[in-house]
Amino acid sequence: MAQEQIGQFGINHVSILDKEGNVDEKLASGFTKEQLSEMYYYMNLLRKFDEKLFNLQRSGKIGTYAQTKGQEASEIGSGLALSENDWFVPSFRELGVYLTRKVPKNLLVQAWNGDTRALGNPNHSHNLPISIPIGSQCIHATGIAWASQIKQEKDVTIVYFGEGATSEGDFHEAMNFAGVFNLPIVFFCQRNGWSISTPTTKETKSETIAQKAIAYGFKGIQVDGNDVLAVNKVTTQAIEKARSGDGPTLIESITYRMGDHTTSDDSMKYRTQEEINEWENKDPVLRFEKYITNNNILNEQEKTDIHNAIEREIQEAVEQGLSVEKPNPEQMFEDVFAQMPEMLKEQKEELLNEIIQMSEQNNNGGNQ
Amino acid sequence: MTKMHMVSALNNALDIAMKADDKIVILGEDVGVDGGVFRVTENLQKNYGEQRVIDTPLAEAGIVGCSIGMSLNGLKPIPEIQFSGFSYQAFHHIKQHMARIRQRTNNTMSCPMVLRAPCSGGIRALEHHSESPESFFIHCQGIRVIMPAGPYDAKGLMLAAIKSEDPVIFLEPKKIYRSFKEDVPEEAYEIELDKANVRKQGTDLTMISWGAMTRLCEETIEDLEKENISVEHIDLRTLWPLDINTLSNSVNKTKKCIIVQEATKSCSLSSEISAQINERCVLNLEAPIQRVTSWDLPFPQFALENYFLPNKTRIKNAVKKVLEF
Repeated sequence: MAQEQIGQFGINHVSILDKEGNVDEKLASGFTKEQLSEMYYYMNLLRKFDEKLFNLQRSGKIGTYAQTKGQEASEIGSGLALSENDWFVPSFRELGVYLTRKVPKNLLVQAWNGDTRALGNPNHSHNLPISIPIGSQCIHATGIAWASQIKQEKDVTIVYFGEGATSEGDFHEAMNFAGVFNLPIVFFCQRNGWSISTPTTKETKSETIAQKAIAYGFKGIQVDGNDVLAVNKVTTQAIEKARSGDGPTLIESITYRMGDHTTSDDSMKYRTQEEINEWENKDPVLRFEKYITNNNILNEQEKTDIHNAIEREIQEAVEQGLSVEKPNPEQMFEDVFAQMPEMLKEQKEELLNEIIQMSEQNNNGGNQ
Repeated sequence: MTKMHMVSALNNALDIAMKADDKIVILGEDVGVDGGVFRVTENLQKNYGEQRVIDTPLAEAGIVGCSIGMSLNGLKPIPEIQFSGFSYQAFHHIKQHMARIRQRTNNTMSCPMVLRAPCSGGIRALEHHSESPESFFIHCQGIRVIMPAGPYDAKGLMLAAIKSEDPVIFLEPKKIYRSFKEDVPEEAYEIELDKANVRKQGTDLTMISWGAMTRLCEETIEDLEKENISVEHIDLRTLWPLDINTLSNSVNKTKKCIIVQEATKSCSLSSEISAQINERCVLNLEAPIQRVTSWDLPFPQFALENYFLPNKTRIKNAVKKVLEF
């Protein structure tokens, strides 16, 4: 019996910007002022918009909301690496990527207020709506990428998920299909420490998420997810690789969910304030602010202009998003089949009669 | 016209569709080189290449989930689940994504596709290979469910299903894949979806069936006719959306109704048909509706399947019950 090593595998970790705002000059050199300014705008927009949506939920103006706080670099860095025609397949915590995809902010307010009309995005059919069942979007993204390959189109698909999704079978089936057929796809894992109350260590025994790619025959890479420059660089490389026909990449973006899972959750039940404080020291927005300021990339006036614009845009989006007329009740019947079947027509009539009756009863001040 | 059994009719339909539309892709386990374990996709990979007739890894959720993505990105996938008993691994994608993408995107996205799966029993197959799961899919609001009763219907329904703008689950009863042949036109033709087929006019009672049960009903009706019992026989063709008007018009005429289904009894399509006929026809009914089904049990190992599945005796007993009520 002979025993020999037949394979050797490693995982690289990439970081450019440390938590004090210092950079690896060589790795940071490729970014233009325009790019850095765009990152600055989106990072701050996301932080502020996220806070606003959280407050709107707390004051009862919108429904349950999943905060993005802490994941700004991960989302903005990767979102800005995409081309307009690339396919964006989110889970439900990618507000930042929607922003970089230029989805109107008022629609995002409307969507978090339970209004289906805001989920469809006729202006950009290559953005999918949020996907709540964990991990299932991975396999849809794989199919989308596969269709691009079959049609010989150059679009790349990026799919987002958390480390919890890597426990789901769909993630593994998606990775396997993507590897076997060498598909133009980027799997982007936002490893944010927690799946509701379950820590990463209880989701997987693997030292890294990135190494899971090795089993499927393609490259996995780990990146400091609170470092917008590193995330952008790694994602850009993965997208270029996919576009040139060299297949999929799994990116493990190490970040932290600074908020609760959603506005219905209280994370103090399962994690400590010390842990949150520790990650506040690595805050992606502050870190980038230090870098921009220390290196005079934007002067005070330029920064103030950006912050004023953000303030104004958010205010407008909220006003528009909340003042939109409620959806027509009939609408839930309209969009199920291309042509409405008879049975649904009958049920729709029943609802319309019910609405008339209810409004008559209300007008009469009677009991319902 | 050519005499074809159902496997050839389906193969012929897929061939015609693939020739006409290069957006159609077939994917599944063993569908390419092998031509499918029942040979429904025989020769298609040879004719249309590995990019359009794809042997996938063994992963049902992957096959259906990828088909959803392909459809969103402009292809018309025809995935095959090798046996409908293995469709449950993909059930999440069918129920939560395939069925709802149109509604949750305000009609800006949809995923037309035809998910094919051999179904039902009667061929002495191994465990998990004989299921009739139509009611699960019917309960996924937003999906069209079709089950052909023979070669002619299979081809026409398949070609219509491929044209459908909504996702279709196309269940193919294995027992009738090769058990009989029918005249099938060689050229393309479509059978109208969402429309039941009155196969035989009659006056004494209405008998409703679908899939392999339709053949069994026909054989039973031949016997009944010798006893001067006149049966109006309706095959559903499209199981959902249900063509309740054709059914209720018939029951209002005959005033008696039997539903024959291979699936188990409770909370099934037969339950729904019975409820809807009662809602519409109760004052015309002269006897309680009878349902002839398999028992409410897991499908047994095949040594006992003939005692589990509906048979002529079970149907005749139900006929007697409604006529003698």
